[in-house]
Amino acid sequence: MKRFFHSELETLKSHLMLMGEKAGDAVKKSVQSLSDKEVELADAVIAGDDEIDALEIAIDQEATRYLTLRSPVASDLRLLTVAIKASHDLERVGDEARNISKRARKLLLKSGLSGDIYHIPQMDLLAREMLRMALQAFLHEDPEKAYAVLEKDEEVDECNRDNVKAFIKEAKTDPNEIKRCLDLIFISKSLERIADHATNLAEEVIFLTTGKETRHNLEV
Amino acid sequence: MNTDNSTVTNDPKLDSPCDPEDALIEIKDFNFFYGTAQALYDLNFDIPKQKVTAFIGPSGCGKSTLLRSINRMNDLIDGANHQGDIVINGLSVFDPLTEVISLRKRIGMVFQKSNPFPKSIYENVIYGLRVSGRNKKGELDQVVMESLKGAALWDEVKDRLHESALGLSGGQMQRLCIARAIANKPEVILMDEPCSALDPIATGKIEELIHELKNQFTIVIVTHNMQQAARVSDNTAFFYLGKLIEYATTENIFFNPKQAQTEAYITGRFG
Repeated sequence: MKRFFHSELETLKSHLMLMGEKAGDAVKKSVQSLSDKEVELADAVIAGDDEIDALEIAIDQEATRYLTLRSPVASDLRLLTVAIKASHDLERVGDEARNISKRARKLLLKSGLSGDIYHIPQMDLLAREMLRMALQAFLHEDPEKAYAVLEKDEEVDECNRDNVKAFIKEAKTDPNEIKRCLDLIFISKSLERIADHATNLAEEVIFLTTGKETRHNLEV
Repeated sequence: MNTDNSTVTNDPKLDSPCDPEDALIEIKDFNFFYGTAQALYDLNFDIPKQKVTAFIGPSGCGKSTLLRSINRMNDLIDGANHQGDIVINGLSVFDPLTEVISLRKRIGMVFQKSNPFPKSIYENVIYGLRVSGRNKKGELDQVVMESLKGAALWDEVKDRLHESALGLSGGQMQRLCIARAIANKPEVILMDEPCSALDPIATGKIEELIHELKNQFTIVIVTHNMQQAARVSDNTAFFYLGKLIEYATTENIFFNPKQAQTEAYITGRFG
């Protein structure tokens, strides 16, 4: 029997998907501002972060209201705990996109950004693909797709390690480039963190769909 | 949460969830006595139209007494008397000119234990209309169909309308009683623990029905089931020892009650 309040869970899920799309779009634009050297894109990401923050609050309020009024159990209860955690992860993705945009803006306005950005575009593609897969796994309650996200995280970590080595080498070669290299290391780290948040989301989907814990490399 | 244990506000209009323009039932300076024993103290609050209002509180707190005062069911109890007034849609239920029978047509009631008459399903639904002298078959057929549909029972009984109502399941009997109540097109439906004798599936059906019925009727429900109050009601009033302790939106009562006694009761820490 479908109860009158079950539609509230569908609304919650749709808000989470919307938040995920906005966060993914912010990541794309933030890196695009760097690679295409467009300050306006960076400005748009910084200005748009409030929308993602507002969705986090709305999702938390909707979940708390449902917990308060609807006595959820089993998969409904797991969905709500996951929604609260996932909204926090997506909000952090939005914050990382904003951080990338701020650094991109600084780099573009100061130096016009010369030199190599190494694996940053590749990390952007990988992290966003992970985020997209995690959201699809959430939408379709597909644990297999969520497990596939976990396997991709190492690729992003490796790109980040390579980036850090390359930028440190450049900075050592030309001390005038230290500030630029540091900003790009932080950008690389932000993309690595975005992939981590996508991984968290995938782990939450695995918990939602199977009840199994895969966080911290523990399978319980 | 207010940790002040003096708690009794008795002026919940200050924080009422009912906009005065939406008030259908006004409870004014209402006190109630069983002989010399006072059961309700200085109640003052409004109940909004087309909403579900839940009365909660421990046994003996007066919630059923108040519910039964709204349609003057307490008139049947020797020694019962009151002070103050209850006004529905501008008319005092205690006005000497108010006829009790017509009042109870305006205010349907569903009890804890379903109480179908030992008659057919059909006759149960139109009992109130027959008492009013309405006997046109076409009209009665229409009311039976509309009321049973309104009570989400039509599909289950449409082929056996003239069989005894006593052959229905507990949940069906309770929905039949709701159909009987709505057949009179009341302004208010009072429900006194309507699901306490039902299994979770029948309870779910009644709760769904309550959610549907509030589009047409004003519903006041007494329940001991906190989760049910949370699920079905828009506003909740918490009573203790005959006093209204807190009256607020159900969301506020169950998420962030202002009174320590409300918090203690709904979290099971009472007593």
